[in-house]
Amino acid sequence: MLEYVDKIRDIARRLLSENKVDVVIGFRQGSVPMMSEPAVISRPEDVDELYWDYNCGINLTNYLTKRPDRIGIVAKGCDSRNIVTHMVENQIKREQLYIIGAPCHGMIDRSRILAALGDQEPTKVVVNDSEIVVTGPGLERKFDRKEYLQNNCATCIHRNPVIYDELLAAPVEEQKLTNRYADVEKIEAMSPDDKWAFFDKMLAPCIRCYACRNACPLCYCPTCFVDEARPQWVGKSIDPTDVRTFHFLRAYHCAGRCTDCGACERACPVNIPVRLLTKKLNKDVEDLYGFEPGMVPDVRPPLDVYRPDDPGGFIK
Amino acid sequence: MSGNYYARRKFAVMKGLLEYMGLEPGRLQFSWISSAESTKFVEVANTVAEEVKALGPAKHFIKEKAEVA
Repeated sequence: MLEYVDKIRDIARRLLSENKVDVVIGFRQGSVPMMSEPAVISRPEDVDELYWDYNCGINLTNYLTKRPDRIGIVAKGCDSRNIVTHMVENQIKREQLYIIGAPCHGMIDRSRILAALGDQEPTKVVVNDSEIVVTGPGLERKFDRKEYLQNNCATCIHRNPVIYDELLAAPVEEQKLTNRYADVEKIEAMSPDDKWAFFDKMLAPCIRCYACRNACPLCYCPTCFVDEARPQWVGKSIDPTDVRTFHFLRAYHCAGRCTDCGACERACPVNIPVRLLTKKLNKDVEDLYGFEPGMVPDVRPPLDVYRPDDPGGFIK
Repeated sequence: MSGNYYARRKFAVMKGLLEYMGLEPGRLQFSWISSAESTKFVEVANTVAEEVKALGPAKHFIKEKAEVA
């Protein structure tokens, strides 16, 4: 994907110097390996800061919300679906955007690589199509790139942008997967007590930092329910009931909207697989209402519409 | 009228997530009862009470009182 770098810079330079956009939102290299960070570029002379690699897992749509200006934005498959969601939810207008579509090969899972390295600190990470080469003081390790994809990228079936003005390369082949929801089904098959215990264990490390919420392009309420004090919807402690209530509600707010971009899980400092909650919702919304979020700009979200013959067996 | 239909979608998804997280099936129940259906109300209230009794006291989503020194 490194071949995208020059193209992104060329397009950004052209858009800015021809005054087609006010800013270009993309990635720049981070100060530590495997941490490419968002960059907002507004001057043609700064476009060489822009970068692209296998660490661009942050969802850039998060930086579009309610912007009043004209924006060029680099968008992977998932970012593009969140742009569509943003348009549907009136957070941005299509005519403000110049979407630079990036057919995606999947981002790498930084946390799993760091875990495999233990105490050793990488100073340089080079990724090519087949492997990830990690080097540092007294350290040289290779990882199979496909084995170390972010979990959501491994089960992604929309790697190509669904909406764009220009593509950085020909569309990539979409993955054919037999079952994207195996992890969710495993939990569904448990007894209620086992489910409860599973999530108790999963959520135990949560420190309520809200990084999952902050990284999520769906979370743009002016005051989040967790920050509100009157009324206080959920306790602010790390009491297990408060933690569970937070995670339940955070996920539920994403119902029918989540594109499984993985930004939440990537942002979590204690590696909680929070996507197990949103994925369940994605599965249900797909099963019940045949809806996949962010695919078409002129269809209302599933929880904003109804059909008289919707499944309703649970209502007595 | 249409509010019931919107709510049905929201509840269907919410019930799915709550039970996926370990809430016992039967603890959370929904019913559509019009103000003219007094007998249905009695029936539903009795069934819900029976089913919840059978499940026993709630174990989940309960917060212990904060310890105050």
